[in-house]
Amino acid sequence: MNMLTDAAVEEALDASQNSDTLKMRGEDVCVFYGEKQALFGVNLDVRENQVTALIGPSGCGKSTFLRCLNRMNDTIDIARITGKITLDGEDIYDPRIDVVELRARVGMVFQKPNPFPKSIYENIAYGPRIHGLATKKSEFDEVVEASLQKAGLFNEVKDRLHEPGTGLSGGQQQRLCIARAIAVSPEVILMDEPCSALDPIATAKVEELIDELRENYTIVIVTHSMQQAARVSQRTAMFHLGNLVEEGPTDKMFTNPDDKRTQDYITGRFG
Amino acid sequence: MSDAVYKGGNAPRAAAARRDIGIKKRYAAEQRFRMYGVAAIAVGLFFLAALLWSVVSNGYTAFWQTSINLDVTFAESVIDPNGERATDPNKLLTANYPKLATEALVAKLGVDPENRKLVREVGGLISNGVRTQLRDMVVSDPAIIGTTRNVWVLASGDVDSAVKGQVNLEVDESRRKVSDQQLTWIRTMEADGVLEQRFNTGLFTRGASSRPETAGMGVAIVGSLYMMMIVLLLALPIGVAASIYLEEFAPQNKLTDLIEVNINNLAAVPSIVFGLLGLAVFINFMHLPRSASLVGGLVLTLMTLPTIIIATRAALRAVPPSIRAAALGLGASRTQTVFHHVLPLAAPGILTGTIIGLAQALGETAPLLLIGMVAFVADYPTTPLDPATALPVQIYMWANEAERAFVERTSGAIMVLLLFLAVMNITAIILRRRVERRW
Repeated sequence: MNMLTDAAVEEALDASQNSDTLKMRGEDVCVFYGEKQALFGVNLDVRENQVTALIGPSGCGKSTFLRCLNRMNDTIDIARITGKITLDGEDIYDPRIDVVELRARVGMVFQKPNPFPKSIYENIAYGPRIHGLATKKSEFDEVVEASLQKAGLFNEVKDRLHEPGTGLSGGQQQRLCIARAIAVSPEVILMDEPCSALDPIATAKVEELIDELRENYTIVIVTHSMQQAARVSQRTAMFHLGNLVEEGPTDKMFTNPDDKRTQDYITGRFG
Repeated sequence: MSDAVYKGGNAPRAAAARRDIGIKKRYAAEQRFRMYGVAAIAVGLFFLAALLWSVVSNGYTAFWQTSINLDVTFAESVIDPNGERATDPNKLLTANYPKLATEALVAKLGVDPENRKLVREVGGLISNGVRTQLRDMVVSDPAIIGTTRNVWVLASGDVDSAVKGQVNLEVDESRRKVSDQQLTWIRTMEADGVLEQRFNTGLFTRGASSRPETAGMGVAIVGSLYMMMIVLLLALPIGVAASIYLEEFAPQNKLTDLIEVNINNLAAVPSIVFGLLGLAVFINFMHLPRSASLVGGLVLTLMTLPTIIIATRAALRAVPPSIRAAALGLGASRTQTVFHHVLPLAAPGILTGTIIGLAQALGETAPLLLIGMVAFVADYPTTPLDPATALPVQIYMWANEAERAFVERTSGAIMVLLLFLAVMNITAIILRRRVERRW
């Protein structure tokens, strides 16, 4: 390896990171499920138009942290959160923040594809309808088509928009869910192991899609697959036992991590 | 070498032998258990068949009622001998209508009209219900006075029993309700086609009566219908609202746990206790009328609520959490999530529970006895505040009657009730099938 090129790459990377604007930031985030503490003071930045991957062994708190970002943990009675999470500098746990609006700005795609048992069209149109983003039939048609196009699903389903979304294949369902999230024009999209229920071909399509979406959206993805994190993300954060072990550019994390635990996890020695 | 081969071959064989015994035992146990299951089902089916057989064999005759065809002359001399009907409207209501029918039958049978004893026996063939039947004809159209009309009138209950072969003819005539002379007439009329069994529409349209041939369960059906409507209108919205709150909104704490335990307990409370509660609260405290289907409906609502709540909560819980997460993740509020996604998916389950609750309420007797619905109600209730009875209570009352003809009516009413229940339960099963297809 040529040292000079390496240094140049790193410099270029650093430069690009510095120019990136901060989208979301977690400061000293602690989460408790009843008596049990699931996150211990996590500080993590999410940069705009980048894919941030959260990795770590099961039960390490990466999904918990992800669900804090759009306050999905609010739906769990016993969950309690301390610390501060900001979106564009605004504290999302501020009482003045409307959680409905927050979730419209920070969309979510889940582990298992979960389309509504309604038509493909209705699945996409639902978000815009409840947020009043569209009112006329033509507007709905437009947003449905645009969202499906962005999710790379339109050509596959354009002839059966009014058939149930649950009739699609697993990979198509997951892209439908992504299209559904896009339809409300979020700024950030959270993905909780979006490919864990998909076969390799569908996974490849979704990863390709994530890469395209980066242009317009900020993406935070939880994944169990090292290769996936390496393929799709620009930055990676490693969690272990509720702590953020290390965070940095994906290239560096996978080639030269600072922390031994990251090294061990990535090389498959635990987890 | 041979030693080694011998050892190597023996050890697994011994183990295989042990395994064989185990497998045989397991198969035997499985076979035995299957037989227990089949036997249990066979016993259940036997009792069901016995029940249905006893009800149907006793009750099918109730749907047929003996009638006599008469040419009734509406003689002015009998109805209004003094020509007072223009001034006294009561005249037409109080006239001696049975005499008209008796005269017509006397003429038909060729009996001497002067023989009082025979005429009385002829009169005994005809149901006293003929009074209302002929009166209604005259009152609705006074112009028929003086004319002769062909009318089917009901035979008396005893004649009906005799025609259906339910009267023991071995018994001495003096201790029988149908005399030999009457039997002869019945046979002649049957041969002439004057007397025949016709479909008993009165069973479904008439109210209570002390004469079996004019007793019907019309009032009971209407009363039950009113009560079902009240239960549906009250129990469904209250039950669904309570379930949605408990399942989707309420925090999980000691209080909600207590409520949950209480709801489950209420479902097991004997229904007569609800009757006592209804008596104390609705009648003694709120002074609602006795025997009214409104009170019955309220009591049955209390009784049905736990059933509906438990079924609705189960239906809500059966909706996958991923659907809620999807809606919430899109920025739907909790209420929107429930009403746009969860409730529509749970609706078939809720309806199933409601129908089963209604069916349970329809068959309930004990609480209605306490709030005075065991009543002799001959007139249709026009509002739920009017006195009425209910189907199961009607069955209970008929079962207490002494006449032979009420036995078949009791079983007939049971058949009608069972039919209603079967239809409701089949509807519930069809709805449940549909929900299973959803995902």
